Amino acid sequence: MRCGYSRIARARSSRLWHNRFVASSAPIPPLAVRCTGLVKRYEGVVAVAGLDLAVRTGECFGLLGPNGAGKTTTVEILEGLLPPDAGDAEVLGMRWGHHERALRERLGIQLQETQLNDKLTVEETIRLFRSFYRRGRSVEEVLQLVGLEVKRTSWVGKLSGGQRQRLAVACALVNQPDLLFLDEPTTGLDPQSRRQLWGLLERFREQGGTILLTTHYMEEAEALCDRVAIIDQGRVIATGTPRELIATLGADHVVEFSVDGAVPADLMTALRALPGVRDVRASNGGVALVTAEVQEAVPALLGEVGRYHLHLSLLATHHATLEDVFVALTGRHLRDD
Amino acid sequence: MTDRGGASHPVVELTRARLREFLREPEAVFWVFVFPILLAFALGIAFRTKVDPPVYVAVEQAAGADRLLDTLRSSPGIDARLLPPARVDVALRNGDVQLVVKPGTPPVYRYDPSRAESRLARLAVDEALQAAAGRRDAWRARSEQVILPGSRYIDWLIPGLLGMNIMGTGLWGIGFTIVQARTKKLLKRLIATPMVRSQYLLAHLLARLVFLGLEVAALMIFAWLAFKVPMRGSLVAFLAIALLGALSFGGLGLLLASRARTIEAVSGLMNFAMLPMWVLSGVFFSSANFPAVIQPFIRALPLTALNDGLRAVMLDGLPLVRLGPQIGVLALWGVVCFSVALKIFRWR
Repeated sequence: MRCGYSRIARARSSRLWHNRFVASSAPIPPLAVRCTGLVKRYEGVVAVAGLDLAVRTGECFGLLGPNGAGKTTTVEILEGLLPPDAGDAEVLGMRWGHHERALRERLGIQLQETQLNDKLTVEETIRLFRSFYRRGRSVEEVLQLVGLEVKRTSWVGKLSGGQRQRLAVACALVNQPDLLFLDEPTTGLDPQSRRQLWGLLERFREQGGTILLTTHYMEEAEALCDRVAIIDQGRVIATGTPRELIATLGADHVVEFSVDGAVPADLMTALRALPGVRDVRASNGGVALVTAEVQEAVPALLGEVGRYHLHLSLLATHHATLEDVFVALTGRHLRDD
Repeated sequence: MTDRGGASHPVVELTRARLREFLREPEAVFWVFVFPILLAFALGIAFRTKVDPPVYVAVEQAAGADRLLDTLRSSPGIDARLLPPARVDVALRNGDVQLVVKPGTPPVYRYDPSRAESRLARLAVDEALQAAAGRRDAWRARSEQVILPGSRYIDWLIPGLLGMNIMGTGLWGIGFTIVQARTKKLLKRLIATPMVRSQYLLAHLLARLVFLGLEVAALMIFAWLAFKVPMRGSLVAFLAIALLGALSFGGLGLLLASRARTIEAVSGLMNFAMLPMWVLSGVFFSSANFPAVIQPFIRALPLTALNDGLRAVMLDGLPLVRLGPQIGVLALWGVVCFSVALKIFRWR
């Protein structure tokens, strides 16, 4: 069935050969990606369960969710690599199966698990990918863009994780795409490599490019994304700017603590009544308080803990993050580790 | 306008990438180029033509043995030795001697009739002993010995080795890299670009042809230098058959690799496909040894067609027009395998 899908698509795209130029010089629509009611099942397991998205042209949009939430499946449907079981998807105002070739010319794609050929050099790899596109950047330009000029003659197999990931992005940038899909671009990278890659993506944005990325790092979503959709179990459970989403918590500080032994139930109730506390919930074996005023909440919390003669084993405060939003929405954490 | 930013046509770039990948893998280079030469060399030494080799016989230690031994030793072409009775059977079994003569009147010849050399030894010994006993030959025939290049085992073997190598590199070279690209999700990444899928497969076949040239040249130059193996037909016809064979096995390689998800799976499939051809298609010994009922099946195998074609050109000097059946079999395998592979190919 999958084969049939792409064969038809190819036959059509060759017939639409001359439309390509019309399509690519057409103004970019206000929505770079729009999909409604996407559904995908794998052998009875529902990976995507009726998912709607709208990505505006020029923004960096993040799909944030834990592993197995359906992020990769969603992105692969939008990339035209998987046919959905139901739903409708429009990318750059075009549809898979009608404008396959024209779409491929204008998308930049980085897949989560691709291992490029170890025995080719950086430059040879970029040149190979460049050859598939009718127009785009020169190989030299791409090397500079991702900062791999000094590594041009190194074999891919000899690159560090961060360099390899930048090469993967380089392969996605060879055609000067209008829309860049990135699936977990920084997973497994050290902080420095991660920042390097973020810088690269920011430069792409500044030149007017649109990015749709998936991540399970909330720092990444907060640092890079204009808007975020939080995905859980194949559905979008919240959408907005990181700031808006955090604001839904009602306050922007989180105080976490744990005590030796169990937290008594009536302590939880007492905490909810403390001044400035918006929410109290169990978290990672401890308790998290969402509050607007740390300087009021912490002394009050210490007073309550003292009243119950409990011994604090941990006390920490941080600015509320998307992680806290996810926990508030699902009761679970983004990452298990 | 298409500029491709310093890159060439995708088919050129894909073929180049494939060539580089191969040449940067020392093991692959060894198996394709060095191994067949080593094999040809070893087999050529083992089966080299000896001019008039003697027959090796033993005389069992008993009364009258000395006189027999003297007679045999003075006859040309017989290498005789004395053995105690306890050791004659072991020497026969191991092939140290081909025949044992037990003294007596008349003497007894002890040998294994299924061994051609033993039957030969019996004739030579009998002739020598009869002559010594006074038998007169009616006449003595003149011999014409055929030991010219072109009629030896090594001459027959070289085209078969070449055929086997073309099969092996076609299947491994294409199948292995494609399955590897699939397990690394590289195929999936490639189809996320506007790359034309048939061009990817085509590049594999083209890269094969470059290797083929080197492969054929390496083995044939070696065979010519080391054994003076002749080329009776046209070199162009020979190369044309080799090329057709390479394309045919390239197609088979693509087909075997078209669905497999793991290296283990594709290795199994390839061995399964190659094993019958190693045995049946006349690489090391003639396929005429197999029963008549399976001959049509043997002739339909691509390696049989390739080996027969290569031998017909090289050893019999036949032109291409006389090789219709072989060309037909190879072309059919190639076309059918390639089209089925394209249809059922798993890109993800």
